[in-house]
Amino acid sequence: MNDKNEHPSVNDGDLESLSADEEKLLDELGLFGAARRQFLGQTLASGLGIFALQLLAKEKALAAMTSPDAVLAQNAASGDAIQVTMRINGSTQILTVDPRTVLLDALRERLGLTGTKKGCDQGQCGACTVIVDGRRVLSCLTLLASCEGKEVTTIEGLANGAGLHPMQAAFIKHDAFQCGYCTPGQICSAVALLREAEAGEASYVTRNLRTITKDLELSDEEIRERMSGNLCRCGAYPGIVAAIREVQSGRQTAQAWHFATQEEIAAVMNDKLLREGRSDETV
Amino acid sequence: MRPFKYARATSEAEAVQLVSATPTAKFLAGGTNLLDLMKEDVERPTQIVDLTRLSHLAQIRPTLNGISIGALATNAQVANHPLVRQNYPLLSRAILAGASAQIRNMATVGGNLMQRTRCPYFYDTAMPCNKREPGSGCAAFHGLNRMHAIFGYSDKCIATYPGDMANALYALDATVKIRGANGQERTIPIRDFHRLPGDTPEQDNNLQHGELIVAVELAKNDFAKHSYYLKVRDRASYAFALVAVAAALALEGDRIKQARVVLGGVAHKPWRSTEAEDALVGKEATEANFRAAAEAAMKEAKPLAHNAYKVELGKRAIVLALQRAMDETI
Amino acid sequence: MARYIGKEMSRVEGIAKVTGRAKYAAEFRVPNLAYGFIVSSSIAKGTIKSIDTREAERAPGVIRVFTHLNAPKFRNDPQDRSFRALQSDRIYFNMQPVALVVAETYEQARYASRLVKVDYNAEKHQTDTEALLASARDPSHGRGTRVRGNPEVALREAPVKVEAEYRIPIEHHNPMEPHAAIAFWEGDRLTIFDKTQGVYEVRRHLASSFGIPEEDVTVISPFVGGAFGSALRPNYYPTLTAMAARELKRPVKIVYTRTQMFAGHGYRPYTIQRVALGADRSGKLTAIIHEAVHNTSSFEEFDDNTTGFARQVYACPNLRASLKIVSTDLHTPTWMRAPGAVSGMFALESAMDELAYALKIDPLQLRLINYAETDPESGKPWSSKALRECYLLGAKKFGWEKRKFEPRSMRDGEWLIGWGMATGVWGAFQAPAAARITLRADGTAHVVSATSDIGPGTYTAMTIIAAEFLGLKPEQIKFELGDTRFPRAPLEGGSMTTASVGSAVHGAAMAIVARLLDLANRNEDSPLKGAAASDVELLDGRLQLKSDPSRYVDAFDLMKRHNLNEITETFEARPSREREDYAMLAHGAQFVEVKVHSELGIVRVTRIVEVTACGRIVNPKTAHSQEIGGVVWGIGMALQEATEVDHRYGRIVNPNLQHYHVPVNADVLEVETIFVEEDDKIVNPLGVKGMGELGMVGIPAAIANAVFHATGKRIRELPITPDKLL
Repeated sequence: MNDKNEHPSVNDGDLESLSADEEKLLDELGLFGAARRQFLGQTLASGLGIFALQLLAKEKALAAMTSPDAVLAQNAASGDAIQVTMRINGSTQILTVDPRTVLLDALRERLGLTGTKKGCDQGQCGACTVIVDGRRVLSCLTLLASCEGKEVTTIEGLANGAGLHPMQAAFIKHDAFQCGYCTPGQICSAVALLREAEAGEASYVTRNLRTITKDLELSDEEIRERMSGNLCRCGAYPGIVAAIREVQSGRQTAQAWHFATQEEIAAVMNDKLLREGRSDETV
Repeated sequence: MRPFKYARATSEAEAVQLVSATPTAKFLAGGTNLLDLMKEDVERPTQIVDLTRLSHLAQIRPTLNGISIGALATNAQVANHPLVRQNYPLLSRAILAGASAQIRNMATVGGNLMQRTRCPYFYDTAMPCNKREPGSGCAAFHGLNRMHAIFGYSDKCIATYPGDMANALYALDATVKIRGANGQERTIPIRDFHRLPGDTPEQDNNLQHGELIVAVELAKNDFAKHSYYLKVRDRASYAFALVAVAAALALEGDRIKQARVVLGGVAHKPWRSTEAEDALVGKEATEANFRAAAEAAMKEAKPLAHNAYKVELGKRAIVLALQRAMDETI
Repeated sequence: MARYIGKEMSRVEGIAKVTGRAKYAAEFRVPNLAYGFIVSSSIAKGTIKSIDTREAERAPGVIRVFTHLNAPKFRNDPQDRSFRALQSDRIYFNMQPVALVVAETYEQARYASRLVKVDYNAEKHQTDTEALLASARDPSHGRGTRVRGNPEVALREAPVKVEAEYRIPIEHHNPMEPHAAIAFWEGDRLTIFDKTQGVYEVRRHLASSFGIPEEDVTVISPFVGGAFGSALRPNYYPTLTAMAARELKRPVKIVYTRTQMFAGHGYRPYTIQRVALGADRSGKLTAIIHEAVHNTSSFEEFDDNTTGFARQVYACPNLRASLKIVSTDLHTPTWMRAPGAVSGMFALESAMDELAYALKIDPLQLRLINYAETDPESGKPWSSKALRECYLLGAKKFGWEKRKFEPRSMRDGEWLIGWGMATGVWGAFQAPAAARITLRADGTAHVVSATSDIGPGTYTAMTIIAAEFLGLKPEQIKFELGDTRFPRAPLEGGSMTTASVGSAVHGAAMAIVARLLDLANRNEDSPLKGAAASDVELLDGRLQLKSDPSRYVDAFDLMKRHNLNEITETFEARPSREREDYAMLAHGAQFVEVKVHSELGIVRVTRIVEVTACGRIVNPKTAHSQEIGGVVWGIGMALQEATEVDHRYGRIVNPNLQHYHVPVNADVLEVETIFVEEDDKIVNPLGVKGMGELGMVGIPAAIANAVFHATGKRIRELPITPDKLL
């Protein structure tokens, strides 16, 4: 992958032309200095308008109808409430919760980290995938209490203040999503997968398990198998595979669509064999 | 999910003591099955004893005679451990056939052995199920039973054990090491670990309440070169088996010295087919002999209304698994 | 030459989605929120004898338990017979809501829901469509039976005929996002965040249910995590959420569990079809009989138009196409991606393949022989139809000429290879839609319409269209949707959004141009004097004469001169009258390679070529994704998906994603798309037809045909699971 192409530089003139709204938004995203420049570069490279960012601000406007701080005034948990201390996206969180709380609900309902999605709540879809201590897990089946002292990374923490994570950028480039609901889980899963491949971990389709190789370059078949724990009902799988392949090995995908040209159409319309078909006898 | 008290065990002894003291207490390891069933109100523990801090139970280490796998080692750790991949590739592949990468990062060896059936009637508290509610009846028996058992079931329960890992452990003659309520350790040969349903389908296995699986041990064997785990399912990945086969062969010259054929998805426990194994031992590894073994394995199968296909599919899967076990490039 | 239309563009909302910042219905933060959890019935039919909520009410954190005994009644709306929860003691279907527990936390509500005890007077139910065929009836309104020529006689006299029955099980949409709503009231004004394919439809439904003016209801739905039809009709949870919020005087959130997704909205109905085809020996169709029966609920009629497209696909003088329904004690079915079409075409296109084999004619050739040059149903000309091009381009790309006709004649080691094809067809619908554009003197534009983006890329498509016709760059456009404070748009369904809302955006842009021209020509010296609105265009801030771009006015200077910071135009686009003189369809041809394991019966779809003729393509990048989506849905329908009902209990036994299989990543291999653009000036000003459904329509049949080619087994009952191929 050519980094220069992926992250074209943005000159200061472009930055100065940002509106106050856009400035504010980038501030909220925690993007400053070089990170901001890189982010904007990616934004332009992927054909996105800065206005697109304003979708992100929509919630702010809606939330303004009500007072947001009350959200955190939690209701009394049951008598057996427990306290859990953990790191989420690099910052320490101390939560007092009902022991029945799973990590997924704590993220979404307590911490407002709604990037982690609830798709089935029973370990059957992968939408809630987050990275705990470096490994991808399902937050719907993780009791928050068992996360004491752990390091949790969610989609909100992937970019780590430095613009988009390359996987996020690749997902946009390859249109690896439609509705976007499974996307954070897919991306977390894909990012953790990179480390699994680095460590030489195997999958069901790996041939000859007895030979262990580090730094695997994953075939499409391997990527597909390893990503099969993340359902995408829109069916964006080929884009997901292309995005991971690009980030994992730099291999590019041939474009799988084209507009039929006039010449192409004329050629087939004049193709006698095609037009007149063939019966059994001609085979 | 019902309210429960949560305790984080700091030692094996404490864990065992806490669970033993409360008949409705449960150990928690990966949680991938227990939490799901708690949300469905199928499991209703009042006390959860979290084992995940007992890091010594997650160790995988060589022993004089093989390998010891701590009960809290995750599926992913076991499948990728160099000793397992080199000496017990059947176990690696069986684990990798199961669930998804995320779940394999969570699920543990001990927990996986404790996995409960995926019978849909067991999961739905609005339906009768003897396993969930003894005496309520088996809705599956005359219901939709395409996924159910063809061996060893009773009129009380036709559920199957859903896991993959255990099928390989049966083939590899694993031993399950257990710490009991009185603090003593005992071992159970894997073949005696799970139960057939009989009249007590609520009991999946022969553990007593409060007993904790601490390790699974595997002896050295001659199967590493010729083994394969074949899983047939309705989609390419992330689905339970219609039929699975753990196949392993040890050869002496061109004769089969030892054979293992264990079927998954066909019974209330991993179904070791000594009939198939007996048919193979002393024979050459030929397709005809594999077919004869497959026929022998399925001879006693008693399919239900919707799962007769498992008999033929099982035969074909056995032959194919044995063939792949012989193919060293796979 | 278009600057943006037809060029690939990444999704404008992409960053929001990949960073997790896109907010779906359940994710808006509202203070003092209470959590609702639905309690579902355990019987399929009968009445509630008693319901004991005392233990649930005593559980920690519980605020209230609503049942039919204490829930307020909704207004009766004769126009809207959709199921509403907690209105009586009657049970119409299994897993029907019988109570709503509202508590301070989600965990508390979920737990207390288990403490509600319900006693029923169960009545004998029937959920099995097969057992009800004797009671099949015509839908009371809608399509019923359509006959042309004399199909029975023609079939009897046909030298070659095939006849077979096909079955499709109940299927559920299973979007990744469960349906959810958050509702709160300010006095008598209701605001609701909802997962919906149409905010105005939800608004109408809520206003009528509560007997309040529509203006007092605001529905907000900026992101929808997939829907595929499941959020078209009003489902019961928005009224339930709003009711609880009103009664408790605080915001309430309800999210379906995955299990509730199987009875919380409709589904693709259980469908039995009979197709009989007659042909002469050259392959020319002489008779098509296509009959379908599917289920509906006991309280509502749904008809899926299963046999509708059979009338228009092939030239055939004699045809009978009928649809009947039976009432089951299940929830009402609804539209599910490519509704009717994919079911009907599975049967018809399977039967065409059977006919090809009966005739020993190549399946593609059979389609070409029966190509409909005009609409066989109405006799009208097509507004455009490049299906022949699709067939031939697809065949070429796929390598169809290398196909051996005989089944089981192609092999790759353990795998039997099968090649199959089918025709895809969908409408070119357009519904009235409005959009509003505010052009600002700073060179940016704000475009809004209350449409939805359930995934096809509406945000991006509308941004492209606005940029094209306002002559601005896409990054200067901000498009918003999913809010009843925006101009009305139709439901996002039927693949008509780009045609409908796109035409509105186009029209609003044209209105902006006209307004600017009017401003310009107030000046006596205007270089555009005498020009009509249709003679000028906006391009990079210049209002210029199309025929002579050197004659122009700087649009933004013009606005400033008139002290206008912005100008706003709203436009409602309606289908043109001209459309009535034509038949309009979108078409496609789909070629599929499967590999079937010779021993295990496992089917892998290894290669698909999708060729699509649906007018003009606005954004090929997202359009290709739509085609892939159609393929994945086709794979699911053909090979995996079935909602299983245990008819003894009238209860779904696989209401979850562990047993209801949808395709995983490893199920999807190569998908290639060819777009054959049609220059169609009739359908709408943009020349676009529907494509979201189209890409799916032929796939299940093409897969089943390929499976036949691979194995010699004709599977007429979906899904084609390994056990059926042993």
